[in-house]
Amino acid sequence: MTRVFLVDDHRLFLSGVRAELAGRAEIVGEATDVESAVEGIRRTGPDVVLLDVHLPGGGGRAVIETVRPTHPDVVFLALSVSDAAEDVIAVIRAGARGYVTKTIGADDLADAVERVRDGDAVFSPRLAGFVLDAFAGDLPAGAALDPELDQITPREREVLRLLARGYTYKEIARRLEVSIKTIETHVSSVLRKLQLSSRHELTRWATDRRLI
Amino acid sequence: MSATRRPLAGLPAGLARDRDDGLVAGVCAGVARWIGVDPLVVRVATVILALANGVGVVAYVVAWVLLPAELAGDTAEPEAEGTRERAGELALGVGCITFGMLLLVRWSAPFFPDTLVWPAAIAGLGIGLALARAGDGEQTRWRALTGRLPGNPVSALRAGWVAWLRILAGAALLVVGLGTFLASNGALASLGVIGVSVLATVLGGALLLGPWIARLGTQLGRERRERIRSEERADMAAHLHDSVLQTLALIQRHADSPQEARSLARRQERELRAWLYDDRRPPGGDGAPTTLTAALDRLADEVEADHRGMQVEVVVVGDCPLDPGVEALVKASREAVVNAVKHSGRSEVSVYAEVTGGRVEAFVRDRGQGFDPATVDGDRHGISRSIVSRMARHGGRAAVHSAPGEGTEVSLTVSCTPEAPS
Repeated sequence: MTRVFLVDDHRLFLSGVRAELAGRAEIVGEATDVESAVEGIRRTGPDVVLLDVHLPGGGGRAVIETVRPTHPDVVFLALSVSDAAEDVIAVIRAGARGYVTKTIGADDLADAVERVRDGDAVFSPRLAGFVLDAFAGDLPAGAALDPELDQITPREREVLRLLARGYTYKEIARRLEVSIKTIETHVSSVLRKLQLSSRHELTRWATDRRLI
Repeated sequence: MSATRRPLAGLPAGLARDRDDGLVAGVCAGVARWIGVDPLVVRVATVILALANGVGVVAYVVAWVLLPAELAGDTAEPEAEGTRERAGELALGVGCITFGMLLLVRWSAPFFPDTLVWPAAIAGLGIGLALARAGDGEQTRWRALTGRLPGNPVSALRAGWVAWLRILAGAALLVVGLGTFLASNGALASLGVIGVSVLATVLGGALLLGPWIARLGTQLGRERRERIRSEERADMAAHLHDSVLQTLALIQRHADSPQEARSLARRQERELRAWLYDDRRPPGGDGAPTTLTAALDRLADEVEADHRGMQVEVVVVGDCPLDPGVEALVKASREAVVNAVKHSGRSEVSVYAEVTGGRVEAFVRDRGQGFDPATVDGDRHGISRSIVSRMARHGGRAAVHSAPGEGTEVSLTVSCTPEAPS
């Protein structure tokens, strides 16, 4: 069973998630702020950390940035009610493997946890929309940007649009007549670009929030 | 500069620079607060010492470096009454120390500028007398004055003969001080008596009223900041009351009906989120939407309100103004959403819209039972036809994709006027 660590400053929400994941994952620990989260994750060494974007003491981003250097194999899945694109993108860029909203159903959440554990990226329709927004438009001429990282391919855009439209990986794979593995590869590639790209939209988001 | 520095170990507790009340770095204000006198007393002493071979400047800079910075609000206000009674004695004490230091400097330094220091000392004493806060009565008038700015500052001086006497004595000392200074420099001889007295009066007036006006300005600014802050707080409270608290009350009343409660909570969540995170999406109820994003959000709100327990998930990429074509697309989307709500048999509908290159594309999708477009009953067929013809009238296109067991997707396309670059 997947070993899961929960981080959220709302205890009510923590107990809700614990009840939903009961029998599908092993909850190895919980924390309600950055400091205790870092300590708990280092102590228990979970497979997956379900991480709230907004946390007292620096936000989910601070947890990822503190834990990743010492425990690179711990996987983070962001979970939030926040709709602010810059908050979500900041956590993804810090290293989270996906983002789901808190209104997600129990089955979908358990599924998302397993998928990030297996190394896949989990994009909710909303995150797909954010990413399309971020990569919208052509690159400015002469900009010193890396086209490998700063532009998504037409195929990746197609996958993202279908994700935003509410399709599952399986449905997308059938529609595009490729294997699910191919879709997963596309999504992982988009995630990598999102984390490494220096597109001005991303940079602007980050500097607006004084993240750099 | 030293906001983060720890205070020096040897410093008395409470002695710190007061940057809120300070003019330069808050040294005088801080010291005055620590002693318990008006900052003006310490300031005058500093200026007089500054004229005495620069001793005051050196002392000021040393204090600037040594004393930790602190905001006035960080420490409790000194108790007003005891301080008031002691203020006169303490001011006298500061004066005596200043005088003693003057004599010390005079004795130790060969080039002591007599002509500068003594007139300054006399003028300073004059200013101190005129501006000292005498007692609670005058204190109240100060407050009254700052409360009804802009007003005539002199009107606050109608304080009875004691205050008048004080001010006259102060002004006289000020004039004497200035006169002595000018006389010692030989200015009197070349200017003539009238010129000198006019000059002295103007200078004296500026010296008397200057600090006062400056202080009024500071207080006015502080008041304005306070007012803006409290207005923001009131806005927030009003919003929370109108929306969140009302919804919470409604949810409690509908506690026995989970669908109702969920729908209320969801609607509130959407509205609060829009209010917190997204300026371009006005929360529901504030007039007609003017952009695609706002219109689709409104659509989701309304459908969720009409059909308890349904969830309409909206994702929009880009945005554009709501011209007639786009409005037709929103209306067609609404028909498609309502259609899905009624017939799909599922509780979730997702709406995705994307604005690219002068075109809006929208997809309304459910994962319900679906249908075979060839064999649909009249109602569903009519709706899909009305969607198609509505879009056609505005130069757009609509298509319905469905198969039994596969869910339904309605895709809509129309051209739009591009959004003005923000």
